[in-house]
Amino acid sequence: MQIGKEKLLWMFEKMVQIRYYEETMAAVYMEGKLPPSIQKGLAFDIGAGPVPGEMHLAAGQEPVAAGICAHLTDDDTVVGTHRPHHFAIAKGVPLDPMTAEMFGKVTGLGKGKGGHMHLFDNAHKFSCSGIIGASMPIACGSALAAKKLGKNWISIAFFGEGAANQGSFHESMNLAALWKLPVIFVCEDNHWAISVPKTKATSIDWVSDRAVSYGIPGIRVSENDAVQIYEAVAPAIARARHGEGPSLVEIKTDRYFGHFQGDPETYRPKGEVTGLRKGDPIPKLSKILKDKNFMTPQQEAMIIEKMHHSVDQAFEFARKSDYPKAQDALDDVFVLGHANARALV
Amino acid sequence: MKTNRILTMAQAISEGIAQEMTRDSNVFVMGEDIGAYGGIFGATGGLLDKFGKDRIMDTPISETAFIGTATGAAAAGLRPIVELMFVDFFGVCMDQIYNHLAKNTYMSGGHVKLPVVLTTAIGGGYSDAAQHSQCLYGTFAHMPGIKVVVPSNAYDAKGLMIQAIRDDNPVMFMYHKGIMGLPWMAYFEGSSNAVPEDPYVIAFGKANVIKEGSDLTIVTISQMVQKTVLAANELTEQSIHAEVIDLRTLVPMDVECILKSVRKTGRLLIADEDYLGFGLSGEISALIAENLDTIALKAPIKRLAVPNVPIPYSRPLEQFVIPQVSNIVLAAQELMVKKMAYTESV
Repeated sequence: MQIGKEKLLWMFEKMVQIRYYEETMAAVYMEGKLPPSIQKGLAFDIGAGPVPGEMHLAAGQEPVAAGICAHLTDDDTVVGTHRPHHFAIAKGVPLDPMTAEMFGKVTGLGKGKGGHMHLFDNAHKFSCSGIIGASMPIACGSALAAKKLGKNWISIAFFGEGAANQGSFHESMNLAALWKLPVIFVCEDNHWAISVPKTKATSIDWVSDRAVSYGIPGIRVSENDAVQIYEAVAPAIARARHGEGPSLVEIKTDRYFGHFQGDPETYRPKGEVTGLRKGDPIPKLSKILKDKNFMTPQQEAMIIEKMHHSVDQAFEFARKSDYPKAQDALDDVFVLGHANARALV
Repeated sequence: MKTNRILTMAQAISEGIAQEMTRDSNVFVMGEDIGAYGGIFGATGGLLDKFGKDRIMDTPISETAFIGTATGAAAAGLRPIVELMFVDFFGVCMDQIYNHLAKNTYMSGGHVKLPVVLTTAIGGGYSDAAQHSQCLYGTFAHMPGIKVVVPSNAYDAKGLMIQAIRDDNPVMFMYHKGIMGLPWMAYFEGSSNAVPEDPYVIAFGKANVIKEGSDLTIVTISQMVQKTVLAANELTEQSIHAEVIDLRTLVPMDVECILKSVRKTGRLLIADEDYLGFGLSGEISALIAENLDTIALKAPIKRLAVPNVPIPYSRPLEQFVIPQVSNIVLAAQELMVKKMAYTESV
């Protein structure tokens, strides 16, 4: 499948935006978490600063989100993982309310009730979950809905290679194959399930080999390369769109940061990330665009500036937004507009 | 339409589902053995013939997958009814029930609408042992985000089921096997009753005062309602007049109805088939304790429930741990002679 200029440029923009988003978040996240601004005796305070809580960043994994989402429309559904920013950005979730959610602000997607692992955007059909392996059943549901409504909408369930050893993986794959659901299961193999490498978690080299067990196609992409990913998944996308059923895709990708910010990464071989960064997919895509004469250095600079600006603006929006009122914690147990939304108090 | 048709609870539930499926094409049913079999406990009897396999969907034994599928389908605009065959099986799929179905609305700031009805069979009394006999409504009511409906008879079951399907939030609909009117399990006659043919709803959070009385209040739910009615009749013969409250739903719970009754009678017995510890009976006791500024108790609160042991298999053991009609009668009699340490005043 030949990829056109427009898609290539779109993928480049998104990848630049995602990388800068994650790098900005990495810096902002540390605000207020280190001595001397925290309790004496602590090295790091996870609950302090403008963005409290756990933070899982996806720098290095941009090609997966860009290569897959380049195939999608607004009507398609994406269900992401605990490391969800790259998927959300590539799916078109607006950066302002997404960032405000991570700051715990009332202008956030969930009015500050979800945080960075629980982003829900109905308008862009995006959601994610902090539970490993949980994206797959939910994506089966949106796929079933599309089928019942007679639409050619498809659903993507993203998950990590660690999640492939969860029961939900087997159950969902079996159900989707049986019911020919328009869903694609996309495994992001970043080699590390927190500290446990894939080789210590499963006896097979490729999770995608498991597709055979469900009678569905298994697709491997061994390069962390947006163009290769885009092209490799095209048959899976077409199969789902035409109502022929699910596929399992596995993509080798790289995690540049720790499992979460503050992870000492003692389990990781020294210099691993430095080595991985030599194959950075963003300069690689930039070179492709320039070689094809699709982008001049000036245009590249403009794209970078525009993308960085959008991220800076989102962080500014989030900082300036108000916190919810403490009492708002009691609302939204049930759906908006529901008389009994506060339930039992 | 006037009718005196007597239906079993299973028939009433399936009729309610059928009427909603006819009214709303977005309603469909998924679960194990809910198609050709009609549901192991009959809750979907006859639906496959009426609606076909695209809307009455037998699933593989994959509760995590199909309950998660219900959540995803609901978020996308459908209204799934999904069956967890026995509530005891929650162990294999609780992540999808509790971390997703129950929480996604809240975590989205109320934006994600999840109209899912999760039906499930509860209760013991027929020697099915520890993994197939629990009630667990207290467990689900304990955790925020899911409404909990526990009917005691066919009339209520139909109205509550239709209300559950129309609700825009997750609803757990828990039916006791021993009141479904199954041809292969002893059941209480009172649970099969007159059910109008036309659709109707029963609002959540409205308890039913089944029998009025002035001597003591018995708060109960599910099959235990039927046992309590039998006990109350015996008590009447002994000139003890019990007021019997069927809570019908635990989330939301009709707090006012309980308070009003206990203010009147001054005595409270809770008859429950769930576990005693940290559950329904404790919750209602706390409610009374927190309102003692407006309630003059004449005797300490009494609780009947399953002691904190797994449900045993052997008949005498099982019948011992699950409260019976005779236990309710005895507990009420005891309550009538007990006194508070400090009574006078008020």
